[in-house]
Amino acid sequence: MTYTIEGNTGSWEVVVGLEVHAQVITQSKLFSGAATAFGAAPNSQVSFVDAAFPGMLPVVNAEAVAQAVRTGLGLRAHINLVSRFDRKNYFYADLPSGYQISQFEKPIVGAGVIEIELADGSTKQIGVTRLHLEQDAGKSLHDQHPAKSYVDLNRSGVALMEIVSEPDIRSPEEAGAYVKKLRAILRYLGTCDGNMEEGSLRADVNVSVRKHGEPYRTRCEIKNVNSVRFVMQAVEAEAARQVDLWESGGTVQQETRLFDSARGVTRPMRSKEDAHDYRYFPDPDLLPLVLDEAWVADLASKLPELPDEKRARFIADLGLTPYDAGVLVADQAAAAYFETVAKGRDAKQAANWIMGDLFAVLNRTGHSIEDSPVPAPALGQLLDLIADSTINGKIAKSVFEAMVETGDGPEAIVAARGLRQVTDTGAIDAAVDAVLAANPDKVADYKAGKDKMFGFFVGQIMKSLAGKGNPALVNASLKQRLG
Amino acid sequence: MSLDPATVRRIAKLARIRVDEAQVPQLQAELNGILGWIEQLNEVNVDGVEPLTGGLTMAAPLRVDAVTDGGIAEAVLANAPDRADDYFAVPKVVE
Repeated sequence: MTYTIEGNTGSWEVVVGLEVHAQVITQSKLFSGAATAFGAAPNSQVSFVDAAFPGMLPVVNAEAVAQAVRTGLGLRAHINLVSRFDRKNYFYADLPSGYQISQFEKPIVGAGVIEIELADGSTKQIGVTRLHLEQDAGKSLHDQHPAKSYVDLNRSGVALMEIVSEPDIRSPEEAGAYVKKLRAILRYLGTCDGNMEEGSLRADVNVSVRKHGEPYRTRCEIKNVNSVRFVMQAVEAEAARQVDLWESGGTVQQETRLFDSARGVTRPMRSKEDAHDYRYFPDPDLLPLVLDEAWVADLASKLPELPDEKRARFIADLGLTPYDAGVLVADQAAAAYFETVAKGRDAKQAANWIMGDLFAVLNRTGHSIEDSPVPAPALGQLLDLIADSTINGKIAKSVFEAMVETGDGPEAIVAARGLRQVTDTGAIDAAVDAVLAANPDKVADYKAGKDKMFGFFVGQIMKSLAGKGNPALVNASLKQRLG
Repeated sequence: MSLDPATVRRIAKLARIRVDEAQVPQLQAELNGILGWIEQLNEVNVDGVEPLTGGLTMAAPLRVDAVTDGGIAEAVLANAPDRADDYFAVPKVVE
């Protein structure tokens, strides 16, 4: 399924590479002991290091390093045992030192790969060029005062991972799938919470277009896109803009742009002259970061099961379809919920209930799966009641709705509402006889060859049993009587 | 290698240092002097030698991930030319 833009001069291919900034989950900052929690009072989580007071020296946070290595391992990437920190120099009000400590020449993680799944069921490998550690800047507020910007340095110095992809992405869908998959991997690893609304994960999107078979043309970078949907829309809008520009005889200028989500277009950032002359050089305050191979191996041995592995296991061991497995592993909490329900039960049936009834309820009630009104063990008990013929599938749906409303367990609801399935053959036979006796004309129709009357009888019998008849026993009894 | 006046102005701008036009020739001469001095290092053969980025042959010490600092907004803001509550206030910078 190739994505192309049909222009006046033929069809165009879209080339996309992503730089994702992911905030590392740590208690304290990359180079200081100040806290990283979101939403604290302004400048309350700032040390003299973060505020760049003279003479303050950075000291590397071991956990931030471990988190970067875990992420690298999760991306099946090369871990560089020796890496180095560099200064990236630029002036901005929320960057008190006048430089960002980053890793330029020698990042901590080298080449890796992310496998994305597409709507048509195909998969594609997207190369990861590198991952490096760097510090975040502070936050500027521009809307508080007509002539002033306010600066809060709480975020200054928080550890970020910049994860750079190869330009292997060829459509808005692939760009969205890449961000989703990367976010899922980070969440599984526990190295970034992936919360795009709070800015813990944000993407710079590099877009160019070309005719098929051409070398790359000039790209533009769309900065700080903060949702999966906006990433997809930004690729689409920017590619269309570039095709129009090339076809009208213009030239795409390499520049930094912003995505205006309200209007669905990209626009140029007011460009700062010389802004891109960062004059990187090794930070003289920091010694090389040297990792012990055994320490890396120990981290590798403790990695959790990742989405790809979990998906493969759900398919191979639990018999799920690739699609169902993909949906369930996309969210670690959904996968955990599924595993609780499926344990010792029919996995396919568990998946159907979760992806159908449960997801519908979560959507309707605005709950996440972590605070689901029906906890996983309770849904498991409901499936047990179906399996041991205590209730039939139809009644199970209404028991489920009652569980959502009341928060009670399925057994209590079945007992309190008298929903236990009727398996007493005497009662079922009596109900069948009554329905047949009340509808002699329809019995005649059936005997004359109108087979579909059978369904009508089943419906009437179930109704007289208040929906609680055991379907197999009702069918058997009815068949026997209609001969 | 020698610097032209335009490069001198650009370096000054990148460093946010205001340089009067009259100062450019003198700065140009001084910078070229420094560069010429550094150029001498190019005479040393460093084939196969790893770049030396520091004077120590040890690895960076690491610290335990624990909150040990912060909660000193007053001290952090003490030198600020302007503030609003606990924010730094600066001339408006909007992108």
